[in-house]
Amino acid sequence: MTTAAITNGHHPPGEVVLEFEDVELGFDEHLVLRGVSFRLHRGETKVLFGVAGSGKSVLLKLALGLLKPDHGTITVLGSEVSSMPEHDLFELRRKIGMVFQESALFDSLTVEENVAFRLTEEHLPSDEIHERVTEALRFVELEHTLKKFPSELSGGMRRRVAIARAIVTQPEIILYDSPTGGLDPITSTTIVELIIKQRDVYQTSALMVTHRLQDGFTMATHYYDQQKGQMVPVGDSGIDTKTSFLILRDGKVIFDGGGHDLAASTDEYIKEYIS
Amino acid sequence: MSLLQTLLTSPDEIIKERVLAVQEYSLLAAEAVANLFRRPRYLADMLMQMDFIGVGSLPIVVLTGLSIGAVLALQTSTTLQQFGSVSLTGQLVSFSMIKEIGPVLTSLMLAGRAATGMASELGSMKVTEQIDAMRALGTDPVKKLVTPRVVSTVVMLFFLAILSDLMGLFGGYIVAVSRLGLSTRQYWTSTYQQLQFADVFQGLCKPFFFGFIIATVGCYFGFSTKGGTQGVGRSTTQAMVAASVLILIVDFFLTQLLIGIFGR
Repeated sequence: MTTAAITNGHHPPGEVVLEFEDVELGFDEHLVLRGVSFRLHRGETKVLFGVAGSGKSVLLKLALGLLKPDHGTITVLGSEVSSMPEHDLFELRRKIGMVFQESALFDSLTVEENVAFRLTEEHLPSDEIHERVTEALRFVELEHTLKKFPSELSGGMRRRVAIARAIVTQPEIILYDSPTGGLDPITSTTIVELIIKQRDVYQTSALMVTHRLQDGFTMATHYYDQQKGQMVPVGDSGIDTKTSFLILRDGKVIFDGGGHDLAASTDEYIKEYIS
Repeated sequence: MSLLQTLLTSPDEIIKERVLAVQEYSLLAAEAVANLFRRPRYLADMLMQMDFIGVGSLPIVVLTGLSIGAVLALQTSTTLQQFGSVSLTGQLVSFSMIKEIGPVLTSLMLAGRAATGMASELGSMKVTEQIDAMRALGTDPVKKLVTPRVVSTVVMLFFLAILSDLMGLFGGYIVAVSRLGLSTRQYWTSTYQQLQFADVFQGLCKPFFFGFIIATVGCYFGFSTKGGTQGVGRSTTQAMVAASVLILIVDFFLTQLLIGIFGR
């Protein structure tokens, strides 16, 4: 990472890879999202904050086309997912990685088969599949678990396998649904470090849902040093400009901006939330 | 809110729910069939399911076929003795087994084994977001999970029903020879002498419909599971009940139709 990127500026300009425009969704006459609009640029990582039930996970499922909005449009990589039929969505989803809240690993498949799932579906040669799976598992430091089943792994390890499964095809966008939820602080830091590594090594655009403020701040204040092989603070109270924040409250976006804007916000709710 | 409460306060909600369920079931069943003509076809998954549904069900099918055939021979012999027609035991057993009891009983057994298995497996996948994960990974769960199960159940039930018929005849034979004093030749001649194409056709045609019902109902209840492990249990029970009831209803109308066509 160059020092030029560590400024107090705004989001990096670039192609918009994901856009929500006035999106509304309700369940049983209860509106979960109310007029949500935001953009995610290529290479940017947007951290979504919100209390439980504020519609964070629903928002990720909408981005993947797993749910359809009642109103508004969602555009992902130039395709409007809100109006696409399910059959066309399968093709688009292959360019997006998703890490589910509870990992959602296939429990009857081994770790290797789980990570290889998409590659197997594409009928790649088995040698290439094995190589790429090992590489993805090495990225999350779990290459020794190839033959294990998800039930034999700890919660944190399962989350790391889910990350490996999401990144194995080098997707253009990764969606993380509370990747540190329910984990201890040390394991959470390991997961956040992996997300930072993915962001800085592969420059993947990402949307990360979390209710842990600390995760977001670590994302914004650290970068991955490939020489040292670990994440290090940006320094001089600088903030990584590739990381931005979005706060949801009662289904509405009440903040969308960079780390400095967030710190400088005068909104009472935001001040209380981040304090 | 319990089902009874909903029924008393807003019966229209219950009706709407049921109509929606029928619509969703029909769409799933239609899609499962349409997928037969679309790639990818998941042959490995089909073979695996055939092993589980077909080979795995062998013991239960052999046992029920054998026992029902033997019991049929025992029960009917009392009546046949009154008319001095014990020699017709073979015919009675073959008619009952091949036309009706073989396919229906095997299907009900398979509903208990396979439909519940599918509902609980897919239901567990649903509540742990594995179905969503599969969609997120760009794979159509209906193509990957439902179509192979439908094909496997239809194909394997066909052979299981034949096996059940044979076992029934064999069970009847053991009773006829050991308890009723019939000779081997007497029994086996009477089993096939009066059988006609229409009888065999009826018996072989039914498993296709019943197999389709078992797999689609099992998968539908699995896919519509809600509410954690308790929901998985509920789906499993519902799949068993719905598949059995549907099999019996369809059997009645199918039998009427086939009798109408063949005249027997």
